[in-house]
Amino acid sequence: MTKTMTGAKMVVQALIDQGVDTVFGYPGGAVLPIYDEIFQQNSIKHVLVRHEQGAVHAAEGYARSTGKPGVALVTSGPGATNAVTGLTDALMDSIPIIVLTGQVPTFMIGSDAFQECDTVGITRPCTKHNWLVKETDKLSAIMHEAFHIATSGRPGPVVIDIPKDVQFATGKYTEARQVETHYNPQVKGDMEMITELAEAMEKAKRPVFYTGGGVINSGPAASQLLRELVAETGFPITSTLMGLGCYPASGENWLGMLGMHGLYEANMAMHDCDLMINIGARFDDRITGRLDAFSPGSTKAHIDIDASSINKVIKVDIPILGDVAHVLEDLLNVWKSRGRKTNKEAVQKWWHQINEWRKIDCLKYTQKGKVIKPQYALSRLQELTKNHDRYICTEVGQHQMWAAQYLDFEDPNRWMTSGGLGTMGYGFPASIGVQMGNPDALVINVAGEASWLMNMQELGTAMQYKLPVKQFILNNERLGMVRQWQELLHGERYSSSWSESLPDFVKLAEAFGAKGILCSDPDDLDDAIMEMLNHDGPVLFDCLVEKHENCFPMIPSGKPHNEMLLGEGADTANAIKSDGAVMV
Amino acid sequence: MSPLKIKKGATSHSAYDLRPTFSDKEERHTLAVLVENEPGVLSRVIGLFAGRGYNIDSLTVAEVDHLGHRSRITIVTTGTPQTIVQIKAQLGRFVDVHKVNDLTVEGPSVERELALFKVHGTGEHRIEAIRLADIFRANVVDSTLESFVFEITGTSEKIDAFAELMQPLGLKEIARTGVAALSRGSVA
Ligand SMILES: Cc1ncc(C[n+]2csc(CCOP(=O)(O)OP(=O)(O)O)c2C)c(N)n1
Ligand SMILES: [Mg+2]
Repeated sequence: MTKTMTGAKMVVQALIDQGVDTVFGYPGGAVLPIYDEIFQQNSIKHVLVRHEQGAVHAAEGYARSTGKPGVALVTSGPGATNAVTGLTDALMDSIPIIVLTGQVPTFMIGSDAFQECDTVGITRPCTKHNWLVKETDKLSAIMHEAFHIATSGRPGPVVIDIPKDVQFATGKYTEARQVETHYNPQVKGDMEMITELAEAMEKAKRPVFYTGGGVINSGPAASQLLRELVAETGFPITSTLMGLGCYPASGENWLGMLGMHGLYEANMAMHDCDLMINIGARFDDRITGRLDAFSPGSTKAHIDIDASSINKVIKVDIPILGDVAHVLEDLLNVWKSRGRKTNKEAVQKWWHQINEWRKIDCLKYTQKGKVIKPQYALSRLQELTKNHDRYICTEVGQHQMWAAQYLDFEDPNRWMTSGGLGTMGYGFPASIGVQMGNPDALVINVAGEASWLMNMQELGTAMQYKLPVKQFILNNERLGMVRQWQELLHGERYSSSWSESLPDFVKLAEAFGAKGILCSDPDDLDDAIMEMLNHDGPVLFDCLVEKHENCFPMIPSGKPHNEMLLGEGADTANAIKSDGAVMV
Repeated sequence: MSPLKIKKGATSHSAYDLRPTFSDKEERHTLAVLVENEPGVLSRVIGLFAGRGYNIDSLTVAEVDHLGHRSRITIVTTGTPQTIVQIKAQLGRFVDVHKVNDLTVEGPSVERELALFKVHGTGEHRIEAIRLADIFRANVVDSTLESFVFEITGTSEKIDAFAELMQPLGLKEIARTGVAALSRGSVA
C-alpha cells in the first residue's frame, strides 16, 4: 500500500526511516511546513542553533563522532548561504551530512523573490551532490538516495533544496527499499595489486604506514584491521591530522602525526622510507611539503576509495582503488597466507634509526616562570582527562596543531578538527554536535580566542540544551598562526594579527548563564582544569598563555621533510625563501 | 540507515588504468561522458573544468536516450597524461555520470563536426568560394546575390582548413557544433 502525505511530512518520515535522531537547524519562512511537522512528533530531536553555519558544523561533529550521517535544516536565501562554509568544510574532509534547505515556491523560482537564491547553483561546487525537488512525488525517494550518496564511496555533504509549495503539496511516499540507485562505488580492491603490495612489504627495508582520514571514514573495522596489520608486520605508522585515533597513540609503533607541524621522527621516516603505504590519505600539501623532494627514494602504494585522489599530485607505484576496511582485510589474508614474511633484520635497523630520531624529542618545551606555555596547558589537559572517554574538537590555528601534538588519541571518531578547509569557528558548534551524539561523554573544544569568537553565539545553544561542552581557550591575544607566519615570512611586521578588544570571557560566559574560569598561573592550572571537568554544564575556560610562542616542529613551505625547523632555538629569520612564500 | 536497491551491473565508478605515464607532453583527448539527463549535470561538468583549470577545446551535449533519460557529453580537452587521467577520475566521481570513455585511447574512433559558414563576395571571390566548397563537399544552404551560407561536415581539422581558405574570400561568420564522436566497430 502506498502512503500519501504532504512533502513536509515526507521529510520527517524519511528522516525517521533513515534512523535520524537529531537535526540541527534554524527556521524561516521557506521551511515553516517542515518545522510544523517537527513540532508534531517526538522521534526526532531538533536542536535550534544560533547561526546556520553552526548547524552545519554541529552536524559534522555529530557525524564524525558517531559514524552516522549528520542532518541540518535551514531556510532559503540567507539560511542556505550561511550553510556554505560548513558544506565546503564537509566536502574537503569527506564528512557525510545531509543539509535540507527551504526554497521559494516553484512558481516563484527565478523571479528574485524574497529570500530566493540559487541554492543548487551556489552549492554545486561544495557538495558531493545536490537536488532541487520540483515534485512532491519525488521528494521521499530523493531523501533516501541522499543518505545513500552522502555515506557511500567517499563520504560527503549533500543538499536537498525543497520549495515551499512542494512541502505543502501531497504526494506518494516511497520507502527506501523501493528506491533504485546506480551509485555504487567499488569497495573491493584489485587482488593482483594487493598481492603486489604484500610482496613489496615482504621485501621492504624501511617501510612506513602513512594513514589518513579515510581509515576513520571507512568505519571502526578499518581501524581494527589496521591495528592488526601493524602488529603483524611491526612496521612504523604515522598519520595525518585527519587520521588521528585510527592507531592508538600509546601503540608501540606510533610515530606521531606527520606533516607541516608533524613530529620529527614521522617526517624523517616519510622522507627516508623505501616503501610508503598510504592508507586513506591524499598526499595533501600540508603533508608533502615540496613535491619534487617528497620521499624521493620510496616505492609508493596508495589505498583510496576515490580514483581521483590516486596519482593526483604524487606518482604512485601500487594503486589500490577500494574501501580501506575491505582492502585491509584482503591484504591481511594475502599477507598471512604468504607466510607473514618481513625483512626482519633490515626493519630492525630501520627502527634503530627511527629511535635515534625520536631522541631529538621534538616536542620538548620548558615551562618556567609565571606564564603558562600552551604546550604545558595541553599536557596537563591530557594528563587530567586521559582516563575519560574523551572527544576533542578544535578551532583553527596554533592551538589546533598543539592539540594534535600534545593530546593522545586512542580510538577513532574522538578527534574533530577542520583539516582541509581550516575553518575558524568550526570547533564550538562541532562540540555541540558531538555532545548531542554522545550525551555522556566528555567533550572538549580546544580553541584559540580569535576562532572561538567566530561562532560564540552557540553558547546560547549549549545552554538551552544543557550540553556540558568544555571550551578550553588557549588565549594568546593573538591570531597566533598568522603572527607566526608574519614572524617567519614578513619581517615581524605583525599586520592585524592582534586580538584587540577581547571580551572578558568569564563575564561573557556568565552573561549566557554558563560557567567561566580564568587561569593565568601555571600553579593554578591543574585545579582550574579539575574545576572545569567537575562542572556539570558548559564551561568557558580562559587560559591565558604565552603570547609569542611558535608552533614547532615546522616544515616551512617550499621545503622538504628533512629540513624541518625544530623547537627552541630554531633559526626562523630566513626560514622561508621566496619560492615558498607564495604558498599558503 | 535503510539500504537502497543497487541496480544490476551498477559499478560505473570503476578504476581506470591507475598507472599513468607521467610526462609533460600535452595530448588532445576526446572524452565521451554518458550522464543522467538531469538539470545541473552540465553545470557540474563545466564547473569542474573551470574550477580545476582544465582546458575545454570543444563540448557538445544532447539527449541520446529519451526513455533511459541519458545524455551524452563529448568533450575535447588537452593536457598532460596525468591531467587527462585526473579529468576522467574527477568526472567519474559525479553521481550523475554513468560512464566516461576516452575515445582517444580506447581504440579507433570517428569524430565529426558540423559547421555553417557565411561568406560575402562577388565576382571572382564568389566563384572561387563555390569551387572550394565543392572540393570540401560543403553544401550551399542559403544564398543571396552577394553571400552564401555553406554547411560542412568533417573532422575539426577539415573545418579549420576550410575556414582558412574562406578567410580571404569574404568569410564573415562561423557557427560550429563542436565534436561528436563514436568508437569504430560493433562494440558500444
Ligand atoms: C574563517 C577563517 N578566517 C581566517 C583564517 C586564517 N587563520 C588561520 S589561523 C588564524 C588565527 C587563529 O587565531 P586563534 O583562533 O586565536 O588561534 P591561535 O593561532 O592563536 O592559536 C587565522 C586568522 C582561517 N583559517 N579561517
Ligand atoms: Mg590566539
